[in-house]
Amino acid sequence: MPILQTPMDALRRRRRSPLPGLGLTLGVTVTFVTLIILLPLSGLAWQFAQLGWSDYLFVMSDPRTLASLRVTITAALLATVVNGIFGLLLAWVLVRYRFPGRAALDALVDLPFALPTSVAGIALVAVYAQDGWIGSLIEPLGLKIAYTWWGIVIAMTFTSVPFAVRAIQPLIEELDRREEDAATTLGASRWQTFRSITLPQLSPGILTGTGLSFVRSLGEFGAVIFIAGNLPYETEIASLLIVIRLDEFDYPAASAIAGTMLALSLIVLVVINILQTRLYRKLEGAA
Amino acid sequence: MTLEIDRITKSFDGDAAVLNEVSLTVKDGEFLALLGPSGSGKTTLLNLIAGLTKPDGGTLRLDGDDITTRPAGARRFGMVFQSYALFRHMTVADNIGFGLRVLKGKDRPTKPARRARVAELLDLIEMPDLGDRYPAQLSGGQQQRVAMARALAISPRLLLLDEPFSALDAQVRRNLRGSVRDLQQKVGVTAILVTHDQAEAFEIADRVAVMNGGIIEQVGTPADLAERPSSDFVRDFIGAA
Amino acid sequence: MRRTVLIALAILFAAIVIVLPVAAIFTRAFAEGLSVWAAAVTEPETVAAIRLTILTALIVLPVNIVFGLCAAWAIARYRFPGRRALLVLIEVPFAISPIVAGLCFLLIYGAYGPVGAALQPYGIQLMFNLIGIVLVSLFVTCPFVVREVLPVLSVTGEDEERAALTLGANGWQIFRFVTFPNITWALVYGAILATARAIGEFGAVSVVSGAIRGQTMTLPLQIELLYNDYNTTGAFAAATVLALLALLTLVLRGIISYFHPARGATA
Repeated sequence: MPILQTPMDALRRRRRSPLPGLGLTLGVTVTFVTLIILLPLSGLAWQFAQLGWSDYLFVMSDPRTLASLRVTITAALLATVVNGIFGLLLAWVLVRYRFPGRAALDALVDLPFALPTSVAGIALVAVYAQDGWIGSLIEPLGLKIAYTWWGIVIAMTFTSVPFAVRAIQPLIEELDRREEDAATTLGASRWQTFRSITLPQLSPGILTGTGLSFVRSLGEFGAVIFIAGNLPYETEIASLLIVIRLDEFDYPAASAIAGTMLALSLIVLVVINILQTRLYRKLEGAA
Repeated sequence: MTLEIDRITKSFDGDAAVLNEVSLTVKDGEFLALLGPSGSGKTTLLNLIAGLTKPDGGTLRLDGDDITTRPAGARRFGMVFQSYALFRHMTVADNIGFGLRVLKGKDRPTKPARRARVAELLDLIEMPDLGDRYPAQLSGGQQQRVAMARALAISPRLLLLDEPFSALDAQVRRNLRGSVRDLQQKVGVTAILVTHDQAEAFEIADRVAVMNGGIIEQVGTPADLAERPSSDFVRDFIGAA
Repeated sequence: MRRTVLIALAILFAAIVIVLPVAAIFTRAFAEGLSVWAAAVTEPETVAAIRLTILTALIVLPVNIVFGLCAAWAIARYRFPGRRALLVLIEVPFAISPIVAGLCFLLIYGAYGPVGAALQPYGIQLMFNLIGIVLVSLFVTCPFVVREVLPVLSVTGEDEERAALTLGANGWQIFRFVTFPNITWALVYGAILATARAIGEFGAVSVVSGAIRGQTMTLPLQIELLYNDYNTTGAFAAATVLALLALLTLVLRGIISYFHPARGATA
């Protein structure tokens, strides 16, 4: 009978709190969550379920769809690598060093979070377009960032850099510096110490930071569309293609692309979660 | 006020009963201690009396009135919590006056009346000048006395004390035992103390109920229990302490 | 030496990637002088967009506070079936991209969606108007207050609330006098973050707004419109308003975490 016992136990485990308000607060919460989160999500699921496999494959095998996915994913990957490296650098500098302007630098990291994405978008154009500060600087070299794939990478880097920094920062704060000292006394070079002692301990943070940064980049819209050029097959991101299909009232196609992007994000998040548990277990096992 | 506990039963999570048909009468003006090891059910019994937990079966009567299902706030029992649970963002005076401030409509005393009552209680706990302090600025012993005053401010029909000395060091604990007993006598309130410390129970209480495994093993005066323990458990528990 | 190089690199990266674009907004907006900027910001369409954005924020803020407090209280103080699922569900909006979020609303509340279609005979339209903008804004902002208040509520525990209960306080009095003072700053902080996000949301709102000039354009959308109209001065002028609000958010955040070091460490 153990199969039946579990749900019964779970029900009885409702240890009643004497505090009043359960009905009211839970009622408000459930109503809100149902209307604002659950129903809209089921809307996508419902539309998705109406698509057959053949419809889905038809939409997804469209060269324009495939191109938009390629553009989005490759740009997000590069932005994530950049953020992994510079996120680690920024977090390291903010935690380990005291220098004039440190507090300002710390606050600056959050600016991309706080700045509305369309503001970020036109700001980036202002810097990287041919008449912009950096755009005009590199044009004589025959380089172009705005309205190319590189512009997409820049926009994604801008909007997701705080994720990387803020995920790595707390782990650096918790690092036991005596381990580094111990490694140094054993004759390890600074680089060897960093590689073999420090980096493994930071790996959970780097993983979370880059993972979140990647998911954010995949879905970024506002900042990207200003600087991307939005040329089909070349600089058109998946989110924009969803909007275009919506404007054409092609809801099934929009839902197919959106569902794919959502599934991709969720898979990344779940994989991070699993890897993270393993990493922590390994670190704790080693300690 | 006389409290009758009649065959009270309680279990959590569908496990074995925490309280198994417990019956006990606490007489008017008496100081009774519930003594037992952890897991004996004494704290659960106190929470049931306070109305913070609902029993599965049995009846609670106060001077003959059935109060089993009455909500905690309507019982007017003063409770001193193990951690004191002082309101950390309120001054000592606001803490003590809280129970009067939340009274409804015409039951609520006027502000001057409340202030006078708080001053009276501050005198009673011998902290007349500390009304403006915040709990974090007080010593452990002072916090405990504020918790007492806060519980007494509502002129409780019953005073419930949940291990009120456990957070204090040994010296302070011994000094405060006498003062808690004195306060109870002065106010003349019926009091129930939960403790796992035999010496504490014997020093403070008129009668002691020894609990074990969800039942009351024996009730009696400290002398009764010491001279005529009714079971091996009572003998061992009192002897060991 | 290594220290100097690392600090220099970090500052250089922050300067190029973060500071330069923000500086560019202000330079471009004020390039033709203060009067041109003032004229651009007070253009009727831009003023209408500012008004709509403020209206949206004013509706979203109290709803977020009520929902956030209720959800945090219920999750922190009670054990009920589905509690963990509820917690995950509330975090979902952070994991969903803005366009996908907007699409979800369109699919269920739009004219062709089950709920939208059911309401149509009664003349109720939920999308491509203020209601739609408010609904998606609630979606993208609802996790903020819960996320800030819940940890504080869990740590403070319910001892003080139980004490208040035995002293005769009712539910509202317990909340008002005992719980609320302990969570005030977390609530303010969460509400600031949520409001900033509601004001700045672009993608999700663009899907459901309908983009009717002077009517359903919020300020972030208006920036795109002006920009596509080749009215770059107007676009940058409008952007300065939002950029200043973003800077204000950071300043408020700094102030709160200065006085309450435990807060402001996250997000």
